[in-house]
Amino acid sequence: MQRRIFLKTATLGAATLAFPSLLRAQGKEPIRIGFPLPLTGPFAAIAGDMKQGAELAVDELNAKNGILGRKVELLIRDDQLKPQVGAQRTQELIEKEHCQFIVGGLAAHVQMAINEQTKKAKVLFISTSQSDEITAKPDASTITFHEALNPTITSRVVGKWVMENLGKKWWIVYADYAWGKQNNAVLIETNKKMGGTVLGSTPYPLGSAEFSAHLPKIQAAKPEVLMAVTPGADDIAFLKQVKSFGMHQQMKLAKPLHWISVAKQGGPELYQDVYGGVNFYWELQDSIPEAKRYVEGFNKKFGIPPGDYGVYAYSAVLEVARGSELAKTTDADKVAEALRKSPQYNHVKGKQWWRACDNKSIQDMWILKGRAPGKTKGDWGLLEIVSRVPANEDYDRTCAEKGHTG
Amino acid sequence: MPEISLAALAAQVFTGLVLGGIFVLLAIGLSLIFGLMTVVNFSHGALYMLGAYFGYVLLTHTGSFTVALVLAPLLVGALGLAVERVLIRPLYGRSPDDPLLLTFGLSLVVVETARLIWGKIGLTLDPPRALGGAVNLGFTYFPTYRLFVIAVTAVVLLALWLFLEKTNVGLLIRAASRDPLMVRALGFDVGRVWFIVFGIGTGLAGLAGILAGPMRGAYAEMGVTIIIESFVVVVVGGTGSLVGAVVSGLLIGQVVGLTTFFVPKLAEIIVFIFMAVVLLLRPSGLFGEAGLLE
Repeated sequence: MQRRIFLKTATLGAATLAFPSLLRAQGKEPIRIGFPLPLTGPFAAIAGDMKQGAELAVDELNAKNGILGRKVELLIRDDQLKPQVGAQRTQELIEKEHCQFIVGGLAAHVQMAINEQTKKAKVLFISTSQSDEITAKPDASTITFHEALNPTITSRVVGKWVMENLGKKWWIVYADYAWGKQNNAVLIETNKKMGGTVLGSTPYPLGSAEFSAHLPKIQAAKPEVLMAVTPGADDIAFLKQVKSFGMHQQMKLAKPLHWISVAKQGGPELYQDVYGGVNFYWELQDSIPEAKRYVEGFNKKFGIPPGDYGVYAYSAVLEVARGSELAKTTDADKVAEALRKSPQYNHVKGKQWWRACDNKSIQDMWILKGRAPGKTKGDWGLLEIVSRVPANEDYDRTCAEKGHTG
Repeated sequence: MPEISLAALAAQVFTGLVLGGIFVLLAIGLSLIFGLMTVVNFSHGALYMLGAYFGYVLLTHTGSFTVALVLAPLLVGALGLAVERVLIRPLYGRSPDDPLLLTFGLSLVVVETARLIWGKIGLTLDPPRALGGAVNLGFTYFPTYRLFVIAVTAVVLLALWLFLEKTNVGLLIRAASRDPLMVRALGFDVGRVWFIVFGIGTGLAGLAGILAGPMRGAYAEMGVTIIIESFVVVVVGGTGSLVGAVVSGLLIGQVVGLTTFFVPKLAEIIVFIFMAVVLLLRPSGLFGEAGLLE
C-alpha cells in the first residue's frame, strides 16, 4: 500500500515535470501571445512603436484581471523582415513556447508566412500588417483576422483625396514587394477611374537607400503629383534625395501612408508639405476620448506619444482578450466565432468592426500633411490633420471579389 | 512612357557617376587588400557602415562636416590596422578561406555592436549648408552634395595613384603585390607593407561610408548589400587590379543608372547579369591577370 502510494505520487510528479503543459491545461499558467516583428532592418522604427503598443495593452490587461483570470504574457520575436525567419519564429512560438495566440507582423510578405504557420497549427492570428491577400482566398481562414488597413482601402482613400485636392497627373515610385505592388495597382486603378493620367510607375527593391537613378526621368516627365510608396526607412532616403534634386518645388509629394515614427526620424524639413494617410495620429486626442486615454497611457509608460502602427498592435491584443472573454475559452474557433458574433469594438479611435465574411477590420482613416519647420507641435507634432475619412466597407473589395462564397 | 530627352539622359549619367564613385572607393580597397594579401575582406561593408556612423558622431560633436570627413576615414583606417595586427596576421600562410571566414564573422560582430550603440533605427546625416540644395547644370538641377562626392572621389583617386606611382612606399607596395618573396629577399618587411595596405583599404571604406551618409543615412545594415555589389565590381574589373576596380566601378554605376532609367525592374539584378556576361567573355575580368585565386 505504502509502496503503491509512493509509486503513484512519483509517477505523477515525474509526469508533471516532463509535461509542463499538463499544468498549463489546468489554467494556472499565463496566456501567451506570440508577437513576431521586424525589430531590425528598415522597419525597425515602426516595429518599435508596435512593440510598445502591444506592451501597453498587456500591461492594462494584467492590471485588471488578465484574460479569463489568467496572467497575460507577451513574447516578442524578431522576424528580420524575412518570410522564412517569420515562419520559423512563429513555429517556435507555437510549438516550444505554447502561445495560444499570435498577433503581429509588419511586412505583407512576412505576414503571409506567419499566417501559413498559424493556420497549420490552428492558432488564432490577428495580423497587424497591411495586405490585401490575407483576407482573400486562398490565404484567408476563419481564424485569421486582419486589424490593419490594406492597400486597397489605403490607396483608394488616399488616391481619391489626392485626385480631388492635389492633381491628376501622377508618377508613382513603389517598393517592389507585396505591399508596394498592391498599392501601385490600386493607385493606378483609382487614378484612371477618376480620369487622371499616370505618367509612369517605377519599382525599386525594398530596403533601398539610393533612389537618385530614378529621379531625372521623373523630373523630365513633370508630373503634378509624385506618389511615394516607400515604406519605413526607405521613405527618409527617398524624400531626402527627391528634395536634394529640388523636385518638391516642381511637384506635390504624396504617399499612401505616413508613419509618425519615421517622420520623427526624418525631421520636419523633410516632411514639410508631404501628404499621406494614417490609421491613427496622436493629435486625435483633441477630438476622440478613447484616443486621449490611449495617448495618455502610452505617454505615461514610454514618455513619448504613440505612433500609428502601435495602435494596431494595441487594439489587436485587446481583441484577443475581448474574444476570449466572450467565448470563455482560448480555443481558436470559438474565439473567432465570438468576435464575428459581436464584431464592434472601440479601443483607440472610435467605432470599428470585423466584417463577418472575411474577418477584416473596417475603420476610419485620416489624411495628414507635413507642417513647416518651426510650426510643428513639439518633437512629435510634425503633421497636421487635413481630413477624416469615415469607415466604409465599400473602400475594400467585396467578399465576393476576394473569393469568399456564400 | 514619356519621351526620353537628352537632358534627362545626361542627368542620369551624372547620378550614375555618384553611384560609381562610391563603388570605386569600396572596390579599390577590397582589390588592394586582395591583390596584395589574397585576403577577401568580408568586413569591408561593416567598416563602410562604421564610416557613416563615425561621421555622424563627429558631426554632432564638432559641428564641422570637414572634421567628420577627414577624421572618420582615419578612425576606420586605424580600426583596420588593429584588425590586421590582432586578427588577420596570425592567419597568414593559411588557406584564403580562413581570413574570409574571420572577416565575415567580424562583420556580424560589428553590425550587432553598431545596433547596440546607435540603435536599430537608422540615423540621418545632413550635408553641410554650403553643399545643400541643387545646382543648375544647364540641362538639369543636380544636388550640390552629389557633385561634391564626385569631386572628392576624383581627388582621392588621384592622390592614391600618385602615392602608388611616385613614392617609395608605393613602389614597395607594387613590388610586394607582384612578388612578395623577392621583396622579402631584398630585406624589406613585407608584413609592414600588408599592414599599411590594410589600413589604406579600410580607410577608403570609411571614406565611402561618410560620403554616402548624407545621401543615404547611417544604418547598421547599410554595408550588407553594397559589399556584394562591390565584390562584383572587383571581379568584373579583375581581382587585384586597381585600374580594373576604377573602370569597372564607374561602368557598373552607369549600368545600374541606365538600367534604372530604361528597365527599372532589372536594376536590382543587372549587376549580376553584367558580371556573368563579362566573365563569359573575359574569365579573369576586364583587367585581371589569370591565376591570382589559385
